[in-house]
Amino acid sequence: MKSHVTIALAGNPNAGKTTVFNAITGARQHIANYPGVTVEKKYGHVTHNGYKIKIVDLPGTYSLTAYSLEEIVARDYLINERPDMVVDIVDASNLDRNLYLAVQFKELGIPFIIALNMMDLAESRGIVVDHELLSTLIEVPAVPMVARANKGILELLDKIIEESKRGQEWRPAVISYGMDIDKSLEEIETIIKGYKAFDKKYPARWRALKCLEGDSQMRELLKKEPELEHKIDTIYERTSNHIMNTLEEDPEGIIADHRYGYITGITKKAVKRKIESRLNLSDKIDKFLTNRIIGPVIMITMLYAIYVFTFWASEAPVGWLETFFGGLRSLASLAIPEGNLQSLVVSGIIDGVGGVLGFLPIIMFMFFAIAFMEDSGYMARVAYMLDRVLRWFGLHGNSVMALVVSGGISGGCAVPGVLATRTLRDPKERIATLLVVPFMNCGAKLPVFALLIGAFFFRHKARMMFILTLLSWAFALFAAKIIRSTVLRGPKTPFVMELPPYRLPTLRGLLIHTWERTWHYVKKAGTIILAISILLWLMMSFPRLPHEQVKSFDDYNSNLVHSLLVSSEIKGLVENKEDLAVLNRLYESYSQSDNNEDISGKFLKNSLVKLAKTASLIRQGKTLGLTSDTRYIKAASQYLLLRDKISKSGKLEQQATLRHTIAGWIGLRLEPVTRPLGFDYRTNIALVGGFAAKEVIVSTLGTAYSLGQINPTETGSLSRRLKNDPHWNPLSAFTLIVFIILYVPCFVTLISIRRESSWAWAGFSIFFNLFVAYSVALVINQGGRALGIGQ
Amino acid sequence: MKKVIRMRQMSDNQRGVVRKISAHGEMGRRIREMGLIPGIRIQIQGRAPLRDPVAIKLRDFTLTLRNNEADHILVEVDARGHHGRKGK
Repeated sequence: MKSHVTIALAGNPNAGKTTVFNAITGARQHIANYPGVTVEKKYGHVTHNGYKIKIVDLPGTYSLTAYSLEEIVARDYLINERPDMVVDIVDASNLDRNLYLAVQFKELGIPFIIALNMMDLAESRGIVVDHELLSTLIEVPAVPMVARANKGILELLDKIIEESKRGQEWRPAVISYGMDIDKSLEEIETIIKGYKAFDKKYPARWRALKCLEGDSQMRELLKKEPELEHKIDTIYERTSNHIMNTLEEDPEGIIADHRYGYITGITKKAVKRKIESRLNLSDKIDKFLTNRIIGPVIMITMLYAIYVFTFWASEAPVGWLETFFGGLRSLASLAIPEGNLQSLVVSGIIDGVGGVLGFLPIIMFMFFAIAFMEDSGYMARVAYMLDRVLRWFGLHGNSVMALVVSGGISGGCAVPGVLATRTLRDPKERIATLLVVPFMNCGAKLPVFALLIGAFFFRHKARMMFILTLLSWAFALFAAKIIRSTVLRGPKTPFVMELPPYRLPTLRGLLIHTWERTWHYVKKAGTIILAISILLWLMMSFPRLPHEQVKSFDDYNSNLVHSLLVSSEIKGLVENKEDLAVLNRLYESYSQSDNNEDISGKFLKNSLVKLAKTASLIRQGKTLGLTSDTRYIKAASQYLLLRDKISKSGKLEQQATLRHTIAGWIGLRLEPVTRPLGFDYRTNIALVGGFAAKEVIVSTLGTAYSLGQINPTETGSLSRRLKNDPHWNPLSAFTLIVFIILYVPCFVTLISIRRESSWAWAGFSIFFNLFVAYSVALVINQGGRALGIGQ
Repeated sequence: MKKVIRMRQMSDNQRGVVRKISAHGEMGRRIREMGLIPGIRIQIQGRAPLRDPVAIKLRDFTLTLRNNEADHILVEVDARGHHGRKGK
């Protein structure tokens, strides 16, 4: 008797497998990948009555063939790892189709239990399942349960332990598939059993069955044994021809029909219907939600509602995070002495990582809303309604999920979006979706858009945002069409898909789903973005401006100060540099606080206070309120002139410093290429930074425009700056926005694309996207100039 | 008289019994594993806004297929007027 049991959780999609898994394991879950493939492997542990149970969550499948990645993964796991038992989660309200997988477990012979989930739903539809009779007829233990309400979980665990105590062996069941198939099946089984060299991992009868079904994985294995292959092929051909001639079917079809025949034989006895099948609630909702006219209207309204909800709900938390990182900044500035280290920590790390985490709430609420659409069953309807459109562009109805997660409603993230393409079965449709997913307006692009829209299109903020969303969809779809009719030509895959019944999602399920996706984003901030921030800081700080140049700026400044101090207007009011420093402080506090209260304190010279007040009033244009005599007004004007000169020289110095760094060098080198688009070296630096992570664009632009540190979520000042810069106009801003929508996926997305496909495709996506971005931006900018728009 | 037509030609809400599935390979397998096999009763539930794909009710769930996939499925439709509205 073992005290450790390993069980595999299997079942159809939408049968409540995840709910059962979560109910059993709670928070004690781990995620890994199945070896060699990107299908996620979730597992968890639970201790029940002294037994340690390890639960592995297999991917949801309808069958155990070798057509889709999920099915191969599930099958290989069962055969290679040989768990002690399978728990097959079955939707009791939809028993026939769910038992199709159960029959295949019987064929494989692995010990298993049926968990009859959703008994409540079945009952509400007038379907009464006699679980004891079902269990007797199918010869497998069955436990009724309602996983959503946590009913039957303990009974299921009891049953698992009870069954494992018996220590069952693998026993492939003998099911009849009709005379012709049965006969051939036995022949092949005998041949395989007599063939000693063949590995014994697979039960012989199951293997024979798979050969008759034309299973691709079995065919591959057979190729290694030409003699055996020939014998089996002969039998297969004979059977196949015979069946084709008599029944006009292939063996695979006949086998499926008999499996269903077997199931119907059982359910006819074990299932009673109180009500003749009629429209259930879900069908009634569908009449409305997928209606020809109202359906699309509701769909667009829903997507828009998600957009509104996300930004409304995340407003406060975004503010909290801003305050938090602001505090962290000041703390770091105080704790670390001024110099390289402080600059690294404050401008490099805190601003970089903080800028990314600042958007966490938006991302989280967006994923929460998407999880709601998914868990409620609505997402499947969206795929159903949009399939006809997406198909025209060479995609699949199910591509919609990946596109929406990546930012189809504005504010997603392409990394989980890339992962969402796993639901697509056809590799070509999947890769095409993968490649266009980075075109969507992910959360990281939003701050740049907000900045540029705020500066140049502030009268039409909402409309502009909406136009950008539509633009990104249009770009993504047309790019898909191009890809699918050139490099990824191929047939369309079937849209044979279940529309699961509508369900009210559980909060727990929603939270788990939201967290799984958000986690990808957080991980990105903690690792890649941290590294990139440091790297960018280095690139934008070194090499330093040569000493002589720094000195010449310093000399220039001190000359200015000196000439001010000796000038006739100021003499007697500001006597030395210390006085000037006090004046500066006073002036800045007056200008900022906007109140003219006396904040000077008694230690200060009255003349300095008066001067500072006068200067700030002049700067604010409130010259009418001036009561001071002409002496002060003259002195203040002189002082303001000095300030302007010093600030101008400071900016020149910062620009010279930036041009001298590695980043500046790169940006300048790129200028000849980007000039036709209207981008200068500072924009180039930001775009290069954005290749690492799009969040970096705004903060890099800020630094590049020598505004000192700016907070990427607080773009007010940079926005004003750009608006007044002669280099910028609405046309160049719009060109930059479109370029940012399209150009290169960010680094983490690229890594994900590689993981889901290959380096070749990841490389392709860089060049393809750059090409598209450059061409479109060129057309917009040059076309706009020619037509004289927006300049 | 028994009338066998392609599933694509069925009107909304029309019912019938599947008589033959002429799809093979992946599509045939996908159709069958979802329980759409000869002898099963189905009803057309509705169509997507662009009249494609089609949603059908079978066993106890809703399945969607594209029109070109529905072309492979022959259905013996119920006698006229038996179930109401649009059956023709």
